[in-house]
Amino acid sequence: MASDTLTSTAGRAGGSGSGEGPGRRRPLSPRAALTALAVLLSVISVLPVLWMLTSSFKTRETVTDGRLIPTDFTVDNFVYVFTEVPFARYLWNSFFISAVITIAALFFHSMAAYALARLRFPGREKLFGAIFATLLVTAPVVLIPLFMVARELGLLDSYAGLVIPAIFNAFGIFLLRQFYLGLPKELEEAAVIDGCGHWRVYWNIVLPMSRPILSALAIFFFLANWNAFVWPLVATNDQDLTVVQLGIASFQTQYTSNWNYILAAATVAALPMLILFFVFQRQIVESIKTSGIK
Amino acid sequence: MSSVAAKERRAAAATAEAPVSTRGPGLSRRHREWLAAALFLAPDVLGLLVFVAVPMVLSIALSFFQVSGFGSYEWIGLGNYERMMNDPLFWDSMKITGLYVVILVPVLFCVSLGLGLLVKQKLPGMGVYRTALFLPYVISLVVVGVLWKFLLDEQTGAVNRAMRAAGLDGESWLGSPSLALGCVIAVMVWVMMGYYMIIFLSGLQEIPKEYYEAAKLDGAGPWTQFRSITWPLLRPTSFFVLMMSTVAAITGGLDLIFVLTNGGPANGTSLAIFYIYQQAFGFGEYGYASAMGSFLVLIMVAVSAVIFKFTRGGRFDDGE
Repeated sequence: MASDTLTSTAGRAGGSGSGEGPGRRRPLSPRAALTALAVLLSVISVLPVLWMLTSSFKTRETVTDGRLIPTDFTVDNFVYVFTEVPFARYLWNSFFISAVITIAALFFHSMAAYALARLRFPGREKLFGAIFATLLVTAPVVLIPLFMVARELGLLDSYAGLVIPAIFNAFGIFLLRQFYLGLPKELEEAAVIDGCGHWRVYWNIVLPMSRPILSALAIFFFLANWNAFVWPLVATNDQDLTVVQLGIASFQTQYTSNWNYILAAATVAALPMLILFFVFQRQIVESIKTSGIK
Repeated sequence: MSSVAAKERRAAAATAEAPVSTRGPGLSRRHREWLAAALFLAPDVLGLLVFVAVPMVLSIALSFFQVSGFGSYEWIGLGNYERMMNDPLFWDSMKITGLYVVILVPVLFCVSLGLGLLVKQKLPGMGVYRTALFLPYVISLVVVGVLWKFLLDEQTGAVNRAMRAAGLDGESWLGSPSLALGCVIAVMVWVMMGYYMIIFLSGLQEIPKEYYEAAKLDGAGPWTQFRSITWPLLRPTSFFVLMMSTVAAITGGLDLIFVLTNGGPANGTSLAIFYIYQQAFGFGEYGYASAMGSFLVLIMVAVSAVIFKFTRGGRFDDGE
């Protein structure tokens, strides 16, 4: 009986290393130890974030009291953040910019990826190689020349300057191309024989079929752009164009020790992403998995 | 059966296509496809050219100029590189970057792999643990910086309060150069571990279960199973993680440094990318900063090549 449960748990666990040795006579303790470890690590992972959330409801006097649960619960910090600082404006800017970048990027990338995966034209593989190579150019490294290009194009201190340079990224093209290579060809071929142009095949057949990967990428792009800091810092001066991350960074230097306000602001900036994460967790994880495999 | 039908249809499509391509009205079918491809690709190719490729080339070009104020350029040849060679602050920042990369990458690798192995187990509530471990990743580095600055504060931070409660002396976490660098690394591990955990998890899930079952029948313990099955079969994933995290470590982290330490104390966390940023946007030394940036890219490419060679591009061992 005891050995029965042992083998069945060992089988289910998939046994990738840590845990039950087949000959041991401790049916539950390794699993219990692993569970305890998982709980402990999860707490370490989440506790700092939780600390931020709860501390943002504390008063100026109690914010650094070292307790997790607020003794004097208050929402004044949030009221302050929204009334004394144009935080609503920052949030709107971030939302608007991230949304526009996401939509434009998905549209352009899916078009390019479709052409690279399915249309036949000379130099296709070379072009794909060249696009792929741009992945090696990381954003911080080209920050200075990008700044100069944007200045020459008159893009500094404008929404366009925040949006346009952030759209183009070979990563999305690469993932979508992988996806299109895996789609069954028959549907498109039937449509082509029926006399559909390439645009109609893309718009009516390919785009609807790519809804799952597009929604996964959409969340990922939105998240990345909502969290972006360095480019907005370099490209904007105008208060009206301040994005939320920039807002917090400067808020933090202005209100050095008013942790209650600073943490309320940080919470406001982090909360949309936390909510997005809880709602679309599966899509986020899936998009990371597809990016990791190849 | 369905694949046979599919093949037939594809063959039919291919034969249907051949005659049309020579006879189409106006543009031939082949040329229509070329045109469509050009139009589909135009926005992204143009965008990548203007905002990625041109800046990359420009970055190298700028490194040969002295850029003063807004818009006056003077060719100085290798002047910026000479200056770089003799700039102790730059070499300090390179040393710090080296230390940062050499510690961060292996620690992050081991922690993420460990977490990947852990969350692959079927334990009660595993979904919750996965969510919890991934959660820090969705928070921006700016918020992360603010949050940890709060927690690590010498007088009032929760970390020191907890240490004092445990009878230990608190540390001046962000006040001493070496501790501050350690904190930056620890925070980075905390942020990124969930992301690489997911990548390791998906790599682990691709290893066929049968291998482990067979190994167990042969009496292989967990460690032997890991060494002879998991580790060799995880190679492509390990390579990917190593490459990504190294490149990210060499050129990233600017946001976190900005908020958490601002390069201090005593330049102890002034990573090369931070120093370059300061030279460019703090002092307007665009040419000099570009030279250092190009040098950093060179280092990055060299390190990537070494990793590639060392891991054989993450390919499985054939002969061994």
